[in-house]
Amino acid sequence: MLFATALASATSLAQEPGNSWGIDVENFLLGTYSRLSSGETPEGHRFLLAEERLRLDLSVWSENIELEARVKVDGTHDSVAGEFDVDLREAYVDYSTRKLDLRAGRQIATWGVGDLLFINDVFPKDWVSFFSGRPLEYLKLGVDGVRANYSTKPLNVELVIVTDFRPDTLPTPRRFYLHDDFAGVADRIETHPDTGLDNPEIALRAYRRIGGFDASAYAYRGYWRSPGQVPDDYDVPTEVTHFFPALSVYGVSAQGQAMGGVLSLEGGYYDSRDDSAGVNPAIANSEARFLLGYQRQLSEDFNIGVQYYAEVMMDYDAYERTLPAVSTPRNEYRDIVTLRLTRFLKHQTWRLSLFAFYSPAEQDYLLQPQAKYRISDNFSTALGANIFGGEKQTTFLGQFDRNDNLYLTLRYDF
Amino acid sequence: MNPTIARSALALCAGWAAMTASIVAWPQSPDSDSSNADDIMERSQRAYYFAGEDAKGMMTMELIDQKGRTRKRVLTMLRRNQEDAGQQKYFMYFHEPGDVRGLTLMVWKYPGRDDDRWIYVPAVDLIRRIAAEDKYSSFVGSDFSYEDVSGRDVSEDTHRLLGDEVLNDSEVFVVESIPRTQAAFTRRVSWIAADSFLPLKIEYYDAQNQLQRIFTANAIEDIAAGEGDARHVYRTIMKRTMENVKTGHRTEVAVTSVAYDLALSDDDFSERHMRRPPRTWIR
Repeated sequence: MLFATALASATSLAQEPGNSWGIDVENFLLGTYSRLSSGETPEGHRFLLAEERLRLDLSVWSENIELEARVKVDGTHDSVAGEFDVDLREAYVDYSTRKLDLRAGRQIATWGVGDLLFINDVFPKDWVSFFSGRPLEYLKLGVDGVRANYSTKPLNVELVIVTDFRPDTLPTPRRFYLHDDFAGVADRIETHPDTGLDNPEIALRAYRRIGGFDASAYAYRGYWRSPGQVPDDYDVPTEVTHFFPALSVYGVSAQGQAMGGVLSLEGGYYDSRDDSAGVNPAIANSEARFLLGYQRQLSEDFNIGVQYYAEVMMDYDAYERTLPAVSTPRNEYRDIVTLRLTRFLKHQTWRLSLFAFYSPAEQDYLLQPQAKYRISDNFSTALGANIFGGEKQTTFLGQFDRNDNLYLTLRYDF
Repeated sequence: MNPTIARSALALCAGWAAMTASIVAWPQSPDSDSSNADDIMERSQRAYYFAGEDAKGMMTMELIDQKGRTRKRVLTMLRRNQEDAGQQKYFMYFHEPGDVRGLTLMVWKYPGRDDDRWIYVPAVDLIRRIAAEDKYSSFVGSDFSYEDVSGRDVSEDTHRLLGDEVLNDSEVFVVESIPRTQAAFTRRVSWIAADSFLPLKIEYYDAQNQLQRIFTANAIEDIAAGEGDARHVYRTIMKRTMENVKTGHRTEVAVTSVAYDLALSDDDFSERHMRRPPRTWIR
């Protein structure tokens, strides 16, 4: 709707006499085949994911003014479910003046300095894609709204107004083995926040260079993207409602050259506005989160990156006191260490990489090794794995222990 | 999506300078003392990397393996010399291959200390700083290392003038350079044009003192910029090749749509323009 309005106004702008247009078309075919390393999915398939995607990516731009419209849409075929579908990845109109950039429509937005760890990036993510072998671009989901960037010498300000709430895409018990406090309850209701033009999510970022570092300050007013769960009756539940409580986030980040590499720092405060005292067990506690990262080149075509991330619940006493018997208690303090190794070979036609998450607090992990080969400029393939594990079956990564998978992707650009 | 190409593409940005050129300088008679060799290399460095106030061009790079298989990279590059001596800013936008289209790189170069470098990956709207060493990084998998194209400080090597000769009808100085500390080569011999100070040929020798790679300037043109008193002519290397004689792999680079002195603003080399390059830069 917003996109249509933007497109209409863009069209009228562009129909000024003497304006002419350019067109870019860049498409690809992508196959992703992800097989469980042992056993079958809860639905009885060997494949976690087997799909083909046809990406159509069309840009139309003005020769005379800074105006461009772009649509990226995937036609998908899911061989596991036997379904065809359409996935509108992005569809937006861009307009720029000397200091202002505007983008209206569905668009992907990414903030923060973490490597696959997110604090001030409050935008929706698709963890199913991430855990089952789709290329990394599918981790991010577009938001529907308007983004404005205003640049001046002392300060740049970026504002994102989201009119249509999109939650994270999380693994479901249909395809994934996972921990669920209400596993036996089949009836589920999902309610979304009542967002719209009169009640948008608002994300603000101000950024500039400070002492050779790229510094940003962030503020967000919106909702948690992973749901709280509340049953109709804690003792004998027959129905569980999934809902998205109110959330505000305030944070800062900095990234710059240090010690022969790149140093990243980020912190944020998560204000769980619907339960500031932390006494409602269905709503996540307020949290403080921080991250420290460092990356450098070890030798020719070989890079390393390490990070330490932690989140602390702000009202743990209240959480413990009110936690229902059915629920599995969380740790007050959850931390994650990550390691990324990347090695290029044979004139960079081969790329070998490993990304490892390990949580000292929860004693669980995820390993993501991958080998990618560029057969030609148009054709590439990747073979990789997602290997989960942990001491307990109830922690964030440990719960996916039975979902270890091996995947193959094939991509042809045309 | 991960920028196989992009990471080392950084190399090119400085390399861009190498492909552009210099104000045509006056001829000079050769002399064999080492201070003269330092002077030639210093002038060559300036001619090679600092032509004009700023510059823009489209670069097509072909990576050709021993079996003749070719991979192609196409990018637009912009460079601006900063007011502080020796500092430069570079911007690159990738057109091809398709899976990196729209990817941008920005480098702020400082003499004597690490550069600031950023990459923008459009598929995930990600801006990130990157860490990379100049000396040993191949540029987009090509036969050019980052250092080959971004250059070494003249003071990192000991230079000796071997003499002068005529190469392809041009009078040239022949200069031998030996690294003072460990480098990607042990010896380098450069044939520097006596008029423009552009390198016409460079041989790189490895640890066994065997010839490893040969750089050749294949086509040179004069590019005019400005009008009236501000008019300058910049002699520019339009085509060049780097061949690895040991592996048989080679890289051919052609640059088109070259322009100098465009009055690019310092503010243009920003995060804002990495995400959203102006139409006039990339279309």
